[in-house]
Amino acid sequence: MLDSSAQTDRIAEILTAHRGLDGPLLPILHAIQAEFGHLPQVAIPQIAAALTLSKAEVHGVISFYHDFREAPAGRHVIKLCRAESCQTMGADAVAGRIKAALGIDWHETTPDGRVTLEPVFCLGLCACGPAAMVDGRLVGRCDETLVAEVSE
Amino acid sequence: MKIYIPLDSVAVALGADALVAALEAEADRRGVAVQIIRNGSRGMVWLEPLVEVVSDAGRLGFGPLTLADVPGLFGDLGAHPKALGLVEDLPWMKGQTRLTFARVGVIDPLSLDDYRAHGGFVGLDRAKAMSKAQIVAEVTDSGLRGRGGAGFPTGIKWKTVSEAAGDQKYIVCNADEGDSATFADRMLMEGDPFCLIEGMAIAGLACGATKGYVYLRSEYPVAIRIMNDAVRIAREAGVLGPHFDMEIRVGAGAYVCGEETSLLNSLEGKRGVVRAKPPLPALQGFMGRPTVVNNVISLASVPVIMEKGAAHYKDFGLGRSRGTIPLQIAGNVRFGGLYECAFGLTLGEIVNQIGGGTASGRPVKAVQVGGPLGAWFPPSLFDTPFGYEEFAGKDGLIGHAGLTIADDSTDMLAMARFAMEFCAIESCGKCTPCRVGAVRGVETIDRLARGDTSAIPILTDLCNTMKLGSLCALGGFTPYPVMSALTHFPDDFARSKEAAV
Repeated sequence: MLDSSAQTDRIAEILTAHRGLDGPLLPILHAIQAEFGHLPQVAIPQIAAALTLSKAEVHGVISFYHDFREAPAGRHVIKLCRAESCQTMGADAVAGRIKAALGIDWHETTPDGRVTLEPVFCLGLCACGPAAMVDGRLVGRCDETLVAEVSE
Repeated sequence: MKIYIPLDSVAVALGADALVAALEAEADRRGVAVQIIRNGSRGMVWLEPLVEVVSDAGRLGFGPLTLADVPGLFGDLGAHPKALGLVEDLPWMKGQTRLTFARVGVIDPLSLDDYRAHGGFVGLDRAKAMSKAQIVAEVTDSGLRGRGGAGFPTGIKWKTVSEAAGDQKYIVCNADEGDSATFADRMLMEGDPFCLIEGMAIAGLACGATKGYVYLRSEYPVAIRIMNDAVRIAREAGVLGPHFDMEIRVGAGAYVCGEETSLLNSLEGKRGVVRAKPPLPALQGFMGRPTVVNNVISLASVPVIMEKGAAHYKDFGLGRSRGTIPLQIAGNVRFGGLYECAFGLTLGEIVNQIGGGTASGRPVKAVQVGGPLGAWFPPSLFDTPFGYEEFAGKDGLIGHAGLTIADDSTDMLAMARFAMEFCAIESCGKCTPCRVGAVRGVETIDRLARGDTSAIPILTDLCNTMKLGSLCALGGFTPYPVMSALTHFPDDFARSKEAAV
């Protein structure tokens, strides 16, 4: 974990690296989240100042998009597709069993901080559903055995 | 020994990366030199991971391949339990007319030499020798219509941008393929990225645009990687440069950003809120400048149109639906995947003959055509030919040509409720019919689920309001899945109060 001044320095580097882009806010937010795992609160005034936006505008953009998180996720993230094609292959039932096994609902993290469960609407794996993404890795025809993959 | 193993997301999701490692280890152990090429997918998802071994006769297919099948690839190939024969001779491949997807699965996606050897850049070279108006005319004459769903003639959109005044114009590729049952954009970008780059470069020539953007959804990590690599390679080779350059921009999980004006706001770094039209993006698009916003498949169909001529492309199809369409057959289906053919097959032919019916073996109950905003079609409408007007005539749409097949265990009330729930989650919030209507829609369908049939006229009225009053297709088309479910499957909505408790 970086201390706050190191964090501020790193965010400044990211902001500099994106100078010159047209409409740079999403690439900047993605880069900061890739670096820290979430968007730290200290980043918001820094971004706002660099892009001559208000803090409210930056916050508004962050809160609009499902991908951006303002608090760290669990050590593992399971994303399960909830869209129609996966539903026709039993995605709802699989999600129900995974929720029961983890003891959490959508958008929640297990109390030990191990797993966060997120819905996703389509991974483009619609002919081999139910589909999932576990820590960035794609899984086709998944079932509740996914849970074992994130055991520690 | 030369072996192809797809890098396509589907193959990877079904274990292709582990196969590569196992093949390399096995080859090493046997002291055999193996060249592994990561290709795109042929589109036969039920056979993935589909591994191809190059032989004197052609490329021999093996699939779906498991780790246990790997050692057998070093023995008698004809006797391999997963042997499929020559891939090109498989019925799924032979039945297709692959124009846009001609190279996908065939070539190494990141090899410019492969791309050129298979007709790449012929269209761009021809376009360079033409005037802007001639390129626009060629695309217009081909009959190509927007493959993202709206079906607007591509050439007319280009003409507007081409003739618009402006010192800076843009080509924006909408690669925010968020509809369930669609994956053609993903497969094209992963399997033949230079084709999209070539299409965008031609669009740039036609419109006088020097900058392009691909707005690519974050849910497609493989496509993001391949497209970024392809842009870098194309830039190093001088295909992209000061005359026309492009950037890959990654979305952030908002479905509504597939709507073109919302996409433009997102690309500018704003909330992905829909813009009122007019002004058209063609006149005031990205950063207020004239902008072409086209779907991946629209742009990727341009190189073959320029290569073979408008007449060749236009010869395929029916009515006002010209050329080919990459069908994406998905959901509960036996033979799912991507099948490119001329417009005009009936829905029944697609579902039963090409798709082979359901994966579960149970009867087909309904097929949703065109993604989460498309109508559910019952088997009684399976004689509908696949075309824009033909589906509109049956209160449906072809959208991006994705088909979700559902078996008879599917509860259509639950699917209708999901359509409203999805709209409520994904609404950008700008217009009231969508923002509030979707929430009320969920509540009203819940009343029906409790056996309150007096909610049916309310739901119908609500859908009418959303359809006519919403600013974009999210609120405007959510009534399609809802009303088609209600119209064609009334039994699923007639819950008795006792049973519903």
